[in-house]
Amino acid sequence: MRLSIVVNLVLAFVALLFLAPLLWLVTASFDARAGFAAKLPEQFTLSNFGAVLTWDVGGRPLLNGLLISGGAAVVTVVVAVLAAYPLSRYQLRFRRPFLYTILFTTGLPVTAIMVPVYGLFVRLNLIDSLAGTMLFMAATSLPMAIWMTKNFMDGVPVSLEEAAWVDGASPMQALRRIVLPLMLPGVAVVAIFNFIAAWGNFFVPFVLLLDPAKQPASVNIFSFFGEHGMVAYGQLAAYSIVYTTPVIGLYLLVSRALGGGFTMSGAVKA
Amino acid sequence: MARNGKRVLAWLPPMAPSVVLLGLFVVGPIAWCLYAAFTNTALTGIAARRPQFVGLDNFKNLFTSADVGASLWLTVLFVLGSAVVGQNGAGMLLAVFMQRRSRVLRGIVGTIVVAAWVLPEVVAAFAVYAFLNTNGTLNEVLGALGLGGQNWLYTAPLFAVVLANIWRGTAFSMLVYQAALSEVPSDLTEAAEVDGAGPVRRFWHVVLPVIRRTVVTNLMLITLQTLGVFALIFVLTAGGPDNKTRTLPLLMYEQAFKFGQIGYGTAIAVVLLALGAVFSLVYIRSLKTEV
Repeated sequence: MRLSIVVNLVLAFVALLFLAPLLWLVTASFDARAGFAAKLPEQFTLSNFGAVLTWDVGGRPLLNGLLISGGAAVVTVVVAVLAAYPLSRYQLRFRRPFLYTILFTTGLPVTAIMVPVYGLFVRLNLIDSLAGTMLFMAATSLPMAIWMTKNFMDGVPVSLEEAAWVDGASPMQALRRIVLPLMLPGVAVVAIFNFIAAWGNFFVPFVLLLDPAKQPASVNIFSFFGEHGMVAYGQLAAYSIVYTTPVIGLYLLVSRALGGGFTMSGAVKA
Repeated sequence: MARNGKRVLAWLPPMAPSVVLLGLFVVGPIAWCLYAAFTNTALTGIAARRPQFVGLDNFKNLFTSADVGASLWLTVLFVLGSAVVGQNGAGMLLAVFMQRRSRVLRGIVGTIVVAAWVLPEVVAAFAVYAFLNTNGTLNEVLGALGLGGQNWLYTAPLFAVVLANIWRGTAFSMLVYQAALSEVPSDLTEAAEVDGAGPVRRFWHVVLPVIRRTVVTNLMLITLQTLGVFALIFVLTAGGPDNKTRTLPLLMYEQAFKFGQIGYGTAIAVVLLALGAVFSLVYIRSLKTEV
């Protein structure tokens, strides 16, 4: 099995290539005299983390990020579940065109609409508004969320609701009491994915939030890089790790929930 | 009539929030994009308060400007290099190679590749920035091997951002292809093996035709994703040096927000959307010509 050995070696080599840029983040964050190269710290320290865990650096930006991303995830999921119900259960004339529009906007690069959105926010006086930014992020993640939620809902048999209707429940009651509990894992996955996407989004808050006190960690860490990144390498790495940790935790949660290995079967099918 | 009214009451209230949000924040801005690209809208000054209709002027400026031409070309190179060839190829390679490997090896390789993908975009950019820096890990390794290092972000900026995007995005294609490959019926490949086809021919003539639709869908998704990449390039090179990495999103940002030319910036956004549409059409057509 010489082929097998070659394949293993190639895989190990690729893994090493992918690992290399990550190493610096970890080693530098614990190094009192960190440079740009990954190496074991000569002087192990936790002071880098202490230095960035202040209210102005690690505190408020993380809280802003939590408000924006958490709010966006909740709004997206609630709105998507509501919209998915008629799309999944009723015979509607506009269903196909609506779903095609949704599918089309799923692929739209949000970057391309940021200039008009900035104009809109100026007009509506929403610049520097956390709620406005949160709603915009919820809106841009809606197409994918509606699409996924509808697919999850299609998987819940209608016969269960029919029983509830016979007992006099309204469609919304049936949705809340019967359909939603059955598709809760799917809804949770949609919510977590949206949170991760919003947490990492840089361009949207960078354009819509100009007041440093309102900016989430994604933008604040970039300012930090501009101001201190060229000297305080260790602190930059430590801040990166603090900012990344929630995302990794949530990702692990989702991949566990989806049964060990996280796969995309079903999510991407033409 | 009464029945119709009742039906509207059944679907309209639950649909209303999504229609309002999508209309205001997604469809509205796209429509405004298409309109404002034909005006001289600016951030400040008279043109900010009373934008005037300037017809095709923005587009005339756009297509006669060397800036936009160069950016458009860079964007195409960036998409072809980092998404179509890089992420797609590396993702496919990893997925194929990881088939029938031991659980441990699959787990380790998969986790490392996915880790680069899970990182927030800005953090991924920092990691690559440090890696490619003059005093970074890559040069240290090259130095230890007796090879000379250089300031990669300065000497080979486009190569650096392409590499960064491959590093960050390959996991998605890998996951998509792992899922697709696991659904290829094994009797097909086994039959080909019995007929004496080697692994390369088995992949090319048996596996690839089966997962063709997934390949095209994946290409479409990663292309559109890559067209919108901003933070990665902005952190690594800010479009420089000498505008060698100024793709359309960075040019749009520069014109609209640094120079206040909202109308012109919007016209660039329209070009970006059009480029996305062209790529999508090519992909969709390639699906239709299926035998």
